[in-house]
Amino acid sequence: MTKLTDLNIATARDGLAKGDFSAAELAEAYIQAVEAGRDLNAYITETPEVALERARESDDRRAKGDHIGAMDGIPIAMKDLFCTEGVLTTAGSHILDGFVPAYESTVSANLRSAGAVMLGKANLDEFAMGSANITSYYGPVKNPWKAKGGPSDGKDLVPGGSSGGSAAAVAGGLAMAATGTDTGGSIRQPASFTGIVGLKPTYGRCSRWGVVAFASSLDQAGPMTQTVQDAAIMLGAMAGHDPKDSTSAPIAVPDFEAAITGDVKGLTIGIPKEYKMDGMDPQIQALWDQGIEWLKAAGCNIKEVSLPHTKYALAAYYIVAPAEASANLARYDGVRYGLRVPGDSLDDMYMNTRGEGFGDEVQRRILIGTYALSSGYYDAYYIKAQKVRTLIANDFKTAFQDVDAILTPTAPSAAFALGENQDDPVAMYLNDVFTVPTSLAGLPGISVPAGLSNDGLPLGLQVIGKAFDEGTLLNVAATLESAAAFSAKPDLSNSKGGASS
Amino acid sequence: MSLDKDTVKNIAYLARMRVSDDKLEPLAGELSSIMDWIEQLQELDTDGVEPMASVSDVTLPQRKDAVTDGNCQAAVLKNAPDAVDGFFTVPKVVE
Repeated sequence: MTKLTDLNIATARDGLAKGDFSAAELAEAYIQAVEAGRDLNAYITETPEVALERARESDDRRAKGDHIGAMDGIPIAMKDLFCTEGVLTTAGSHILDGFVPAYESTVSANLRSAGAVMLGKANLDEFAMGSANITSYYGPVKNPWKAKGGPSDGKDLVPGGSSGGSAAAVAGGLAMAATGTDTGGSIRQPASFTGIVGLKPTYGRCSRWGVVAFASSLDQAGPMTQTVQDAAIMLGAMAGHDPKDSTSAPIAVPDFEAAITGDVKGLTIGIPKEYKMDGMDPQIQALWDQGIEWLKAAGCNIKEVSLPHTKYALAAYYIVAPAEASANLARYDGVRYGLRVPGDSLDDMYMNTRGEGFGDEVQRRILIGTYALSSGYYDAYYIKAQKVRTLIANDFKTAFQDVDAILTPTAPSAAFALGENQDDPVAMYLNDVFTVPTSLAGLPGISVPAGLSNDGLPLGLQVIGKAFDEGTLLNVAATLESAAAFSAKPDLSNSKGGASS
Repeated sequence: MSLDKDTVKNIAYLARMRVSDDKLEPLAGELSSIMDWIEQLQELDTDGVEPMASVSDVTLPQRKDAVTDGNCQAAVLKNAPDAVDGFFTVPKVVE
């Protein structure tokens, strides 16, 4: 029989329905895997009691013939950016020391209502700011994959970020699926680095209520899963209008799973010429070309499109996101929750608390945001960046008049070694060059594992869709998935405490 | 766009964030290189372009101005690092 931790959401759903195993057995198998895989540092807080309790409740519902949710009995990791009632919520930051929310985020509550079983809170970059999961106060997360040959041979690799713990947990068999959040690529880039599927829905598809805020006009929650079908199932359970988030879209949630028909004949796929960047890694280019061939073979029409303002997206993002972050993070004042470092005056206490509580990258971004919003610079930086954002969104609007979806690489490289790109913030920011434009435009994007690098590391392709057209996005992604037949898994036998030990 | 030590110190004060003196110089270097890179935005002609604050083009919904929540003082104070007698506390602000 297949090991329980080798199942995915769809296959576990079938096994649970047939009574091949119970939700409690599934939870126990994963709790053991989580313990055995602690070396990855994928979880900040493990919640085995919560998992077992919810699994038993799921088994009870099934025994009684009660309504069974879309995620009933499915063990997942929750990115530690989602507030969870009664469970420590850290955002990967020292400044939220000891914070135990008295409420549950809408997305985690939706998942719970759908029957999902929470295994624990997944590690992340501090306040979701990072592309390598090295800025967490709780230490870096290791990618379960290792390079074979090349400059990173045998070294510990980053899982990408900011949803690095979620990605490592799913790739390493420490969760069947996980929640992530994506502000500029934080679901898609780690999914690409760890060989899993990561979907950032349309802005407004999932409620932001109860998710620790980074940049409110960009933040969006989404699923990180082993397959495209799983992403469809899980997104359906996460999404939905929420009156508590005024930017949550008041529209019905379609059946995403049913949208995956396997038939993409006649769809037009755009290839943005500006994404062919100077000095692009030939392996990434080759994978992208391969993706185009796969979609052609499936009956898609391929059309070159132009997104002329692409090269300015990252710079605009690094004003807009830090500006919003500097405002959002003003709430950490040492008064109402989390860390407090005493001082002689109120100002002194604020300064001590925030100086000690925020890590280096978060401080950098608060400083950039504060500077960009300060008097004399507001128009030159913040308003300028918002205008560039309009141009970028218009680029996509124009392109989508002619195409149904857009295909690009997810990230400019495979996973790199821990410690690389660490001295130069701008070099680190370039990781998100292919994902940030979509975020600025609020469009959905999905990363699908599509191949291996020369060093044996996973590489992803990104499909970008029209607003609220996740259905087409998932259908195209599923076509790529079956053409790529990506079946490689990280070798966990050598890593100390790997999941298969 | 070059930021010097004093500018960084001033921004850090605006953000109410203590940055130790030995960190000011390296931070000024890092922030300057980030701002230099951002400077490329000035190449673009954005005259007449509307700034985009949000991607959702829906009007913000309104609701009745009614109390929907309350009587949860204990829950509100539960995470406070130094709550006393049902209040948040701060260092003395009046002489």
